[in-house]
Amino acid sequence: MKQVVRVAAGQGFWGDWLEAPRRQVEGGPVDYLMLDYLAEVTMSILQKQKERDPRMGYARDFIGAIESVLPAVVERGVRVIANAGGVNPVACAHAVRDLAAAKGAGGKVRIGVVTGDDLLPRLDDLIARGHALANMDTAEPLSTVRDRVLSANAYIGSTPIVEALTRGAQVVVTGRSTDTALTMAPLRYEFGWAPDDWNRLAAGIVAGHIIECGAQCSGGNCLLDWRDIPDLANVGYPIVNANADGTFEISKHPGTGGRISVPTVTEQLVYEMGDPNSYITPDVVADFTTIQLESSGPDRVRVFGIGGRPPTDKLKVSIAYRAGFKAVGTLVYAWPDALDKAKLADRVLRERLDRLGLRFEKVMTEFVGASATHGPLAGTPNGDLPEVQLRFGVRGEDRAAVERFTREIAPLVLNGPPSVTGFAGGRPKVEEIVAYWPALIDKTEVETSVEVIA
Amino acid sequence: MKVRLADIAHARSGDKGDTANVGVIALRREWYPLLARELTERRVADHFRGVITGDVKRYELPNLSALNFLLHGALDGGGTLSLKTDAQGKVFSTALLRMVIDVPDAEARSLGLPAA
Repeated sequence: MKQVVRVAAGQGFWGDWLEAPRRQVEGGPVDYLMLDYLAEVTMSILQKQKERDPRMGYARDFIGAIESVLPAVVERGVRVIANAGGVNPVACAHAVRDLAAAKGAGGKVRIGVVTGDDLLPRLDDLIARGHALANMDTAEPLSTVRDRVLSANAYIGSTPIVEALTRGAQVVVTGRSTDTALTMAPLRYEFGWAPDDWNRLAAGIVAGHIIECGAQCSGGNCLLDWRDIPDLANVGYPIVNANADGTFEISKHPGTGGRISVPTVTEQLVYEMGDPNSYITPDVVADFTTIQLESSGPDRVRVFGIGGRPPTDKLKVSIAYRAGFKAVGTLVYAWPDALDKAKLADRVLRERLDRLGLRFEKVMTEFVGASATHGPLAGTPNGDLPEVQLRFGVRGEDRAAVERFTREIAPLVLNGPPSVTGFAGGRPKVEEIVAYWPALIDKTEVETSVEVIA
Repeated sequence: MKVRLADIAHARSGDKGDTANVGVIALRREWYPLLARELTERRVADHFRGVITGDVKRYELPNLSALNFLLHGALDGGGTLSLKTDAQGKVFSTALLRMVIDVPDAEARSLGLPAA
């Protein structure tokens, strides 16, 4: 058994730094590269892509990431774990296999594919058998939006990933795995943690939570002393250095920028936090009020003391459904009296939309530069603002009404208040809204399976 | 003495649906009890009046010298529904740190708090 297992984070979301995966495997020794691609609505975007082309539906950035780390995987045995499979993990695994073949590593990369999270084909059956899949926020049953559902995936835990690793997979591709399972699974596998070793499993989850957003624990987006965080251009992504007893250290490669300290790790620990006493995952419920942090060297934080308890008998389900249309348009007003001009433009625009008889569920105005981010908390701005951006959005079920709205922004340049500019982008784009519907399902309804291909 | 939260704490915020969470972390361990006493659910709800439509729930993490607040109805429906610039609640952190609290002078001196 390894004394220390090193899991490096190389991607905190789909769209994160393309350089990060390669930097993580080349900057120093690591055992695993963990890549998290899935946010709440990513699955629905991927589902739309799969509808257009059945070979799509996964995070295509992942193939580029694998290409950039392929020598480390083939020659040095670094193993990669990613939820890049989206709604089509099998196609994703095939793309990795094809890439390996094209790069002269055909048959040399064993790829584990985890499936079973996709509930879309079974949705009507589940509802018919009494699973309401009620919205966790509103308690409405899924039947109210059933005809608009685009994707439905259960969040699955570490067990199938552990199985893939046990069967020799060097690259593990999953669909809707929890972000934290991607980090916890290799620790459970390497150290042979029992499936009811709650404290250690919880420690693995906390390790996963700390690194799942990439550089957000190593100086990125860090508020404290932000001016003094060194060399963000060269920021180091985090690495978990785990021990068999469930304690671990967070570090980054030498010579990289950013910072790892008790405050930078703490900021990440509270990110997207709900009830810290019960951080519920499919494998374990972690208690974040037990976490102890201490500095253990330059850019090194030791994490210990973590407690956990048995999980619930439910899995969370991520459902995406069509929820109407929206569009947002912007114009910029310049000094003097920039805010007053933007406010007049807002009144004019609202009156015109009213006269057109357009109906929306929501009409929203923001004055960027005055109050868009902090609202009334920002206080009354002084009259001397150099410019203010009017940001005007509508949302509704009627696509035609939203479309019509997009034609009302440009005219204001010539027939509204003066000193207006910033319309280079053209007419606002109408976007279909794909909304998120969180629900719960009995664990017994979800069966995962693992296939290993080469 | 008036003390601005931004001078005694740091924070990070994020989203879960239509709820924004703000984790507030004391800059010094010995300042945490003051935060825990002053930053009640009611005080934070008052601070965000007109900004959020739901209630405020607070959780304590004394081990991290931190408090976690859930601000319900903060994000115009949240996620892709929201028309807001800050649809994901990323800057509710600094919005909370704008708060100014009153601390008795003697206590402020003994804790070494910076005046607002």
